Amino acid sequence: MTAGADRTTTPARAGFLVRLRGSRLLRSRSATVGLAILVFWLVVAIGAPWIAPYDPTAIDFAASADPSPSAAHWLGTDAIGRDLLSRIIFGARTTFLVIPLSVFSAFLVGAIAGLAGGWYGGWTDTILARAGDVMLAFPALVLYIILITTFGPSLWNIVIAVTLTYAPGVARLMRGQVLAVKGLEYVLAARAAGESPIYIMAAEILPNVGTPLIVDLCLRTGYAVILVGTLGFLGLGLPPPTPDWGGMVVEGVNLMTIYPHIALLPAAAVTSVVVACNLLADGFRETAR
Amino acid sequence: MARIVLNRLGQFAFILLIASFLLFAVTEFSPGNVASKILGPYALESQVRSLSDRLGLDDPLFTRYLRWLGMLVGLVPNELGGPATGLGLSDPRGAQYFGNFGFSLMQGRPIVDVLADRFGHTVTLTVWAIGLTVPISLVLGVLAGMTEGSALDRIISVTTVSLTSLPEFVVAVLLIFVFAASLGWLPGTSPLDPGDRWSVGSQLVLPVAVLVIASSAYVTRIVRSSVVDTLAQPFVRTARLKGLAPMRVAMLHVLRNAMIAPVTVILLQINWILTGVVVVEAIFAYPGIGRLMLEAALFGDIYLIQALTLIALSVAVTTQFLGDLAYVLLDPRIRVA
Repeated sequence: MTAGADRTTTPARAGFLVRLRGSRLLRSRSATVGLAILVFWLVVAIGAPWIAPYDPTAIDFAASADPSPSAAHWLGTDAIGRDLLSRIIFGARTTFLVIPLSVFSAFLVGAIAGLAGGWYGGWTDTILARAGDVMLAFPALVLYIILITTFGPSLWNIVIAVTLTYAPGVARLMRGQVLAVKGLEYVLAARAAGESPIYIMAAEILPNVGTPLIVDLCLRTGYAVILVGTLGFLGLGLPPPTPDWGGMVVEGVNLMTIYPHIALLPAAAVTSVVVACNLLADGFRETAR
Repeated sequence: MARIVLNRLGQFAFILLIASFLLFAVTEFSPGNVASKILGPYALESQVRSLSDRLGLDDPLFTRYLRWLGMLVGLVPNELGGPATGLGLSDPRGAQYFGNFGFSLMQGRPIVDVLADRFGHTVTLTVWAIGLTVPISLVLGVLAGMTEGSALDRIISVTTVSLTSLPEFVVAVLLIFVFAASLGWLPGTSPLDPGDRWSVGSQLVLPVAVLVIASSAYVTRIVRSSVVDTLAQPFVRTARLKGLAPMRVAMLHVLRNAMIAPVTVILLQINWILTGVVVVEAIFAYPGIGRLMLEAALFGDIYLIQALTLIALSVAVTTQFLGDLAYVLLDPRIRVA
């Protein structure tokens, strides 16, 4: 690399870092920590095949005699000799696939319903609100159990269960926000200019109702991590060979007296993601003030 | 006032009806699925046919839903029992009585009997959990809220915030690790067998503790923020400036008004505890209806799932209704509006 090239790239990068560090969100310590944990797990999830020392389903019979941490298996193995570190690393993949998918779907449905209800009012609003009330009657776990009775456990049923149980809350929040800005001048101006309702909702209203929605997004992502971990723990999650943090905890519970690490390490992994989401929510709340 | 209550009551009935229809529609989505769940995977085509005819599984979904409701309240007989179906299912109460949920396929018994065995255990668990959650979170929440910003408030706030980040199953695993696996003070499972070397009381400690820890952390936060909000109200300042004794201000002016939000939250918390109960019963092998729901789901016991989810749904909707009602009753401002 020549000196000239170096000089042209350095200021830009420094500038980017300065901007990032100076951005209001990262001035909050809780947001920085939360974001760091999430980015860490995201990198682990994406890079799993290259980072993990072993195949997460490969069984090391020699190690299963003593699953404690050793030089070959840094975090030890599970009861049947599968490398725990690799399973936790691949478990991040499961979490970071199921969670974003289901939370995104819940927010998409909820935001559209809330925008439509708040904007159009009248019958649209009443019907959407009643539908939301009915869905709120179902605890997430109960809804999921009903779904798997007919359709069997699958990724999509988790997504549907999370969407149906979280969307009504998102819709209520969104509706309130829409009602608050609906009568403001810039929205009226857009209407007077003859913009279509869809355009106004997407370009004028949505960007201005952001913060409460983002805080809610972080909190609900945390709940979703708990829910999905719980499903795995109850044996209702994705089918067994898939490494799943909740499922790994339950596999280790019986060996708690001798090898507590088998249950405690994946439990710590789940908790770290929930904590990260809550910290991030706090960070957004602070910056909004 | 009466109009508001009637209005809410109407909403309550409407939500329960629609939700129960959805529950029925999803579980009995395909008639073939129902017959094969009852007969098992190796049933002959002719057996499936005759069972479908007998139970009217080919009728429209709505007809079947009405028949299911009718069976539940004792207006329509359950056709599944008796020697005619050849499944060996029989009910000493007959085919028609109030509360007839049908048969549990997993246990080959009427569901009422299955529930009777388990229901009391779950009630015990929940009553203890709520009975402890309420006083603990009220005391901690009021203490923290009254002393906002103090060291005590910080300790309570940080602890409760951290605890709400812990999933119930993680709390359970940690408690088992400390009190059962390491110290050996308490049993790590709670099958409630009378002959067990641990007394029934000691078997209840950890399951109740998990529920109390998980829910009181949340309720404490709500109580605290409600107290803090109330303290900032002008009427509290007025009471203080009038020279009322601090204790009198706290009890009469602050607490009475600060309790409105928490009452609703506590009622909704019962709804939330439902999920916690399934987790706790599963991990401690506790013989309640939460574990029964999980077993039924894993077995595919369709009628038992319908019964249990309907119960869960009714509890959830009822607590939401009561929470709403409590809010209206406690806050005169809403009553007038």
